[in-house]
Formats: sequence, C-alpha cells, structure tokens
Amino acid sequence: MPATARPLSPHLTVYSWQIQMVTSIVHRGTGIFLALGALLVCAGLLALASGPDAYATLSAFCRSWIGVLLLIGWTWSLAFHLLNGIRHLLQDVGLGYEPRVFVRNGWLVTAGSFVLTALVWACVLAQRGAA
Amino acid sequence: MSADLRTPIKIAQGLGSAKHGVHHFMVQRITAVALIGLCLWAVWIALAMLQMDYAGAHALIARPLNAVLMLAFIVAMFWHTQLGLQVVIEDYVHARGIELTLQIAVKFICFLGAAASALAVIRIVLGR
Repeated sequence: MPATARPLSPHLTVYSWQIQMVTSIVHRGTGIFLALGALLVCAGLLALASGPDAYATLSAFCRSWIGVLLLIGWTWSLAFHLLNGIRHLLQDVGLGYEPRVFVRNGWLVTAGSFVLTALVWACVLAQRGAA
Repeated sequence: MSADLRTPIKIAQGLGSAKHGVHHFMVQRITAVALIGLCLWAVWIALAMLQMDYAGAHALIARPLNAVLMLAFIVAMFWHTQLGLQVVIEDYVHARGIELTLQIAVKFICFLGAAASALAVIRIVLGR
C-alpha cells in the first residue's frame, strides 16, 4: 500500500451509481464466476471420459437444486459476459462512445443477458417435458 | 560531455518498443472473438446432451467436428480466463507476495484445466 492514505481510483464510495460503471463491474464479476464454470466444463469432460458412473454422479449434481442454481448463474454470467464482451470489441474499434449510445448499449446488454438466459432455460424445460 | 561511455544505441536497446507491448491485449481480444462462436456452440452441445444418455453424449463429443471444436473451446476458454484473472489480480491485490502466489496459481490451474480437458476429449475420441 502507498505511504499516504490518499483515495485510489475508482473510489466507488463517492460515485453515484450509473449503468456505465455497473456493466463494467459486472463484466469483471461474471468473468471471475465464469472461471469457476470453466472448471465445471473440465469436470464434465473428465466425467464423460471416465465412464457412466462418474457421468451419473456429475449429472445428479447438475440436477440438484444447488446445481441448477449454479447453472442458472453461469448461464446468465455467460450471456452477460458474451454480450458485454461483444460491446467491448465494438468499443475497441472505436464504436459506441457517444454518451447516449454508451448508456443505451449498457441497457441493451443487460436486457439481452436476461432474454438469452430465459431462452436457454426455456429450451431446458422444453426438453425436460419431451423426455 | 557525458560521463556515460556507452553508445546511444546501447543505451536505447531493450528499453523501447519491442512490438509486443500489446500482446496481452491482442490475445485477450482474439480469444474473445473465438469464444463468441465457440460459447454459443458449447451451449448448444450442452442442451443437446440433456436428452441423451451416457452413450449418446459420449458419441456426440467423439464426432470429429465436435471434438475439434471442443478442443478449440477449451484452449480459448482457459487462455482467456488466465488473461482476465491476471488483470483482476494485478488491479486489486497489492501485497506483492500474495499477488505473485495468486498469479502463479491461476496460471497453473488454467493450464492443468486445459490439459486435463484436452486429455478427456482425446480419450473420448479414441474410445475406451
């Protein structure tokens, strides 16, 4: 830590909350959470390679209430990180920096992440009904 | 007259741009672009596997196209994860010892995750 106790940027306590900072923070948060999801992908492939017993164990965990809760969380995190990531890529080539557009895109990404999550879980429920 | 007897080129070498200052930035973006398609594909695969039994799911991943895409997904995902977590740690962990430990741990875990996943895919493709 620095010798003087000056506040470091970003000093969140003095900002009024706005969509620009929330999407930025949530992008990081979902990224960290998705890192754990990467380990689930790894576990899934290892279970599939190991045999029916390991696969059944992982399958049962994914169908438990905590598993479903985690999977819904990962679905939304992926949807948000994906859409906001595309927004970041567009910003990297210089698009969408006008304040009005920047704010609008923030809300588009947020709404889109919930729409995508709902779509995926509608598919899950439909397949469950069919099976 | 300068007391420094080194030639100007000797002083400049190793200090200026070596043209890889944006390497981290670029790899993060390139893996991001790859992951747009690969993530959508992976979600589709996961949904397809829902209504399959073990043998069906195994056969699905064993198909050459799916196996190759899965390997690409694994590499891009763990690489992107490592780059992202590295920046988060750089930004928020200010104790040097803890930071170094976390940075190395993240790199090791991401590599092991990718290697284990890749081995699993290869084992699925080759059958058991």
